[in-house]
Amino acid sequence: MDFDLTEEQRLLQESVGKLIADEYDFEKRKGYSKEPAGYSAERWAHYAELGLLGLPFPERLGGSGGTPVETMILMEAFGRGLVLEPYLATVILCGGLLRLAGSRAQQQELIPAIAAGKLRLAFAYAERQSRYDLADVAATARSAGGGYMLDGQKGVVLHGDSADRLIVSARTAGSQPEAEGISLFLVDARADGVSVQGYPTVDGLRAAEIGFRDVKLGADALVGVKDRALPVISRVIDGATAAIAAEAVGTMTAMHELTVDYLKTRRQFGVPIGSFQALQHRAVDMLMSLEQARSMAYLATMMADSEDAAERRRMISAAKVQIGRSARFVGQQAIQLHGGIGMTMEYKVGHYFKRASMIDTLFGDADHHLAIVARAGGLTDPI
Amino acid sequence: MDLRFTPEEIAFRNEVRGFFRAALPPDIRRKMVDGRHLAKADIVRWQRILNEKGWAVPHWPREWGGTGWTPIQHYIFQEEMQQAPAPQPLAFGVNMVGPVIIAFGNDAQKERYLPRIRNIDDWWCQGFSEPGSGSDLASLKTSAKRVGDSYIVNGQKTWTTLAQHADMIFCLVRTDPTVKKQEGISFLLIDMKSPGVTVRPIVTMDGGAEVNEVFFDEVKVPAANFVGEENKGWDYAKYLLGNERTGIARVGVSKERIRRLKELAALEPAGGGARMIDDQRFREKIAAVEIELKALEMTQLRVVSAERHGRSKKPDPASSILKIKGSEIQQTISELLMEVVGPYALPDQPDLDGSNEPPIGPDYAGPLAPTYFNWRKISIYGGSNEIQRNIIAKAILGL
Repeated sequence: MDFDLTEEQRLLQESVGKLIADEYDFEKRKGYSKEPAGYSAERWAHYAELGLLGLPFPERLGGSGGTPVETMILMEAFGRGLVLEPYLATVILCGGLLRLAGSRAQQQELIPAIAAGKLRLAFAYAERQSRYDLADVAATARSAGGGYMLDGQKGVVLHGDSADRLIVSARTAGSQPEAEGISLFLVDARADGVSVQGYPTVDGLRAAEIGFRDVKLGADALVGVKDRALPVISRVIDGATAAIAAEAVGTMTAMHELTVDYLKTRRQFGVPIGSFQALQHRAVDMLMSLEQARSMAYLATMMADSEDAAERRRMISAAKVQIGRSARFVGQQAIQLHGGIGMTMEYKVGHYFKRASMIDTLFGDADHHLAIVARAGGLTDPI
Repeated sequence: MDLRFTPEEIAFRNEVRGFFRAALPPDIRRKMVDGRHLAKADIVRWQRILNEKGWAVPHWPREWGGTGWTPIQHYIFQEEMQQAPAPQPLAFGVNMVGPVIIAFGNDAQKERYLPRIRNIDDWWCQGFSEPGSGSDLASLKTSAKRVGDSYIVNGQKTWTTLAQHADMIFCLVRTDPTVKKQEGISFLLIDMKSPGVTVRPIVTMDGGAEVNEVFFDEVKVPAANFVGEENKGWDYAKYLLGNERTGIARVGVSKERIRRLKELAALEPAGGGARMIDDQRFREKIAAVEIELKALEMTQLRVVSAERHGRSKKPDPASSILKIKGSEIQQTISELLMEVVGPYALPDQPDLDGSNEPPIGPDYAGPLAPTYFNWRKISIYGGSNEIQRNIIAKAILGL
């Protein structure tokens, strides 16, 4: 039992902390968001140079063999910087699918390209009717001419408009929402029959609605085992949930620091407003909520790679409930304690608030995950 | 980072768990599970079993009977004891006055009191709060005047837990009324049998009588009962209150109560032939508090893990939340334990010990509502949660 980082992990934490402090201040971020893809091509290339895009991949594929702890460290720093680049979509989601389910050929072709910053991917799994149910997949991939024909609609595909390729979930058998019969396919984002409608999201990132109409795929487009993709999708989403839990901790830490700082400097009635007990107690409640979230982000990180699907699901759902609740609470109080200035687009606390709020909705909100924990019989096992 | 216990830690846990299974008397365990009042004899009997095993004061220095365990072993021991569920050794002795005597007492005091605390030969109680001094403890007025080789004590203490059983009381007393309030306080040990000491029970809203008023009327206390230096009592009190960082969250107690809650939810009808455990809404209420508790457990382990390195003397921000969160969680669970029996929370059934009356409703229902009422104290005692927030705002946030 220990919560210590290794020497290498501490160095990573230092270097990404410095990276964000130097290259991702609020003004620079504004500039990045105005680039055509909605993020900085230069920063993306820089992450590749630093080895960050290869963090979770094995060394033989151009990565550095990092564990979920390295991902946690990076994501927390990204949360502080409100980083815009498609790390979650490309490296964590699609990279995770390829790492766990990709064929040797797919891995050798794609993972080194991801690590080198030459390939951006997006994971198109959710549909309008599915809400957070990963098994509710209506898109179909019918066998055709030795390959497949893909049809369907995917919604809120994170960074779906700047991706070179997509990984798409579709039914090869059964009907929604059966667990069996779901498969994954690699699809060129510019293939005939693929329509991409990109848009900004309220937290300053990008997403897309993507349609597939009679899209022809070769047999080699299949990722993983036909009809049996759901367990790997769940596992990758669990890992991604752990990653955004760490990102949320980064944004909450930043909001709490900004708020405490503001309480010390803002003067009203001739004194710093931090001298008022009502506001002091609120700041303490924010701290408690943040620390509870941090503890659960650690737990999620430790469970992210677990082979025990039921235990992993239960603990990561528990973590996501805490993250969602804390993100709402810390965010709302941060705005409230800043007063009017917290409401403005030009001040950064609102941007943290927006990202933290959206993290609650990603991969299932607090209510969704609370129901999962309750159905699983809770967390306190008999001894 | 590895949040699993090591094989050695698991072996230790199994050893401790096995001991509690074998050594905890079933009648005491039953009372704990049911949430019934323990008699003085129960607490004494259990602490002597622990002392026999060498585990009554594991956190004390080895020379006074401590075990020399690692912080994680202490954590495991405490959690297992709470989950057994076994009574804690009497905190006023082993966690409060004992460590103060070890740190600041003289050799004669150590020789005299420490073995007796360990074996609960003396029952100790705590004389801090006064009618006019609750959260503002340093304003206390009970006075001690030096006369020859004695002190003469006058005043009143209140909220004195289990003073009705006590042989000794450790008190904060004012020895210098002319200086800043924190600087005129001393730490005095008083024999409860001294002439002039009167104990009067305070009945709390749950019907229990665990707290008391203690009056001192010209009580003569030998100067030998003075701990440390005169007018340094406030420092000793702060040491005492800050001494126990990790036990304060009572994670093991909450886990055990949640298990009990689930047992009762599986028994309790929910109407229409269903049981409370089948009710998704009730399950989600339980799950919500379990998630808070899991987060608190992780937070507590962060603190324990940091202690292992003997790092910074400054309080870890994580440690600050242990008392507030721990108390909120215990109170929520006590609420759910009352809710689970529905209308059978209503019958007022004082402790059935020694009574031949059959219980009204299920035999486990009687103590549930009173415990809910009683556990409101958890966010009040030991520095109310609002005082805790003041401390965190100042010490950690710098506000």
